[in-house]
Amino acid sequence: MKKLINSPDSVVADALAGVAAAHPSLAVDIENKVITRAAGATPGKVGLVSGGGSGHEPLHGGFVGYGMLDAACPGEVFTSPVPDQMLAATRAVDGGAGVLHIVKNYTGDVLNFQMAAELAGDDGIEVVPVVVNDDVAVQDSLYTAGRRGVGATVFVEKIAGALAERGASLSDVAAVASEVNERSRSFGVALTSCTVPAAGKPTFDLGETEIELGIGIHGEPGRTRAPLAPAGEIAATALDAIHADLPLTGDLLVMVNGMGGTPLIELYVVFNEVHNYITGKGARVARSLVGNYITSLEMQGFSVTVCRLTDALADLWDAPVDTPALRWGR
Amino acid sequence: MDAAFFRTWMTEAGTVIEAQRDHLTQLDAAIGDADHGINLARGFAAITAALATNATPTPGSVLVLAGSTLISKVGGASGPLYGMALRQAGKSLGDTDEAGLPDLSASLEAALAGVQKLGAAREGEKTMVDALAPAVAALQKAIAEGAGAATALAAAAAAAAEGAQATISMQALKGRASYLGPRSVGHEDPGAASTALIMGALRDVARREAP
Repeated sequence: MKKLINSPDSVVADALAGVAAAHPSLAVDIENKVITRAAGATPGKVGLVSGGGSGHEPLHGGFVGYGMLDAACPGEVFTSPVPDQMLAATRAVDGGAGVLHIVKNYTGDVLNFQMAAELAGDDGIEVVPVVVNDDVAVQDSLYTAGRRGVGATVFVEKIAGALAERGASLSDVAAVASEVNERSRSFGVALTSCTVPAAGKPTFDLGETEIELGIGIHGEPGRTRAPLAPAGEIAATALDAIHADLPLTGDLLVMVNGMGGTPLIELYVVFNEVHNYITGKGARVARSLVGNYITSLEMQGFSVTVCRLTDALADLWDAPVDTPALRWGR
Repeated sequence: MDAAFFRTWMTEAGTVIEAQRDHLTQLDAAIGDADHGINLARGFAAITAALATNATPTPGSVLVLAGSTLISKVGGASGPLYGMALRQAGKSLGDTDEAGLPDLSASLEAALAGVQKLGAAREGEKTMVDALAPAVAALQKAIAEGAGAATALAAAAAAAAEGAQATISMQALKGRASYLGPRSVGHEDPGAASTALIMGALRDVARREAP
């Protein structure tokens, strides 16, 4: 394992210290692992809290700031944070209008956020959770853990954050968050594994010419293995899976996201293929995002996330945002 | 079985999990996200530390403290699930200074109920329930047949180990392994494996201290 770390045990704390040093707009509680806006809670505004395992940077801490999250709770690498962190974050951002919890659909995240919401309720803070589950690679069923939450989390945080900034109520902010989730789908592809620092070796093995289709963001295996193919074919496989689940029509918000180890030049190669595929279906790429937004340590690969926009959602997407990882219009 | 017995169980479970840390993580790497051994070892180390610095005068207080520590320190799914299990077990023991074998059996039944409620898992879904449920059943059966603590808990540990082995042929329906669908078949569930280790520690402590 070759990593730029001091020790496997201190990766999260050391990185948080770096975030604190780099971004004066954020307040970072390194010991309790809570990132909030330096200005604290905004009175009268719905607070947005998200969190999840570390290793997906810039998600979630990089999205704390004006127009997006009020707080993020990073857990250990790939491990959901604990209720104490979420409760501290919830208390810190409650401006009196209630708090939205944005939860990616993983058993651990859901359980810990559920406990935190109960504890916050004991404090008299109204909390509404929204669970993001956009990954079409996972078969959904009433009897299973359901689909994973992946790229749509970025869209939910941006759009719900914009509505909250406009002073909307908790129920309206929660409704738009759910709407974005329902209108979004994702599919991921890995070219290589990632290595959890404390584990010290790659989570899975992929041959030199193999790829994993339907990968999650934790190196958990996906649907199938396939031989490496030209980018156009891989992009088409990903979009076929999405289109079969949610037909690609109308104006789309499209993200081609890097998994952490893929250079931007390749992501743009993929984006071109994605654009051509979507245009070929008669839909339109109305808004786009290309880069590393929800990563899986040093994994090579990409995910594509598509959201069927409405005019209202596009307007909220365009609204000003000022966070370390997403910034425009302000 | 007094508070010291339960403290020994928790610290010995921590020793076994630390020794099997990499094995549990490898099991998790195959069908999950490669952190189970790491997280549980971290959690049980925190339990040992908490037991050293907090007064736990009753068996129930030992397990409640252990469960609360896991919930506060571990994260993931295993933190809340094991935390809930131990807390429910501890609460079921109440304020008694001395837990009898039927009390212990009832407390493990409460642990199972807590896990099933929180995780919404049933037997056969390739989770820790597949080790814990047969362990509880074996313990109840042994008690009904008049077995002493050492014998009854040996039966429970054996049933947990068999239950964990039986998860190899199951397809996961809960937890992160469920994302794999049929590809989850052929691997032992890491949560069932760690449950078998914890029950094995209980057997060893009982063999030594409550024959």
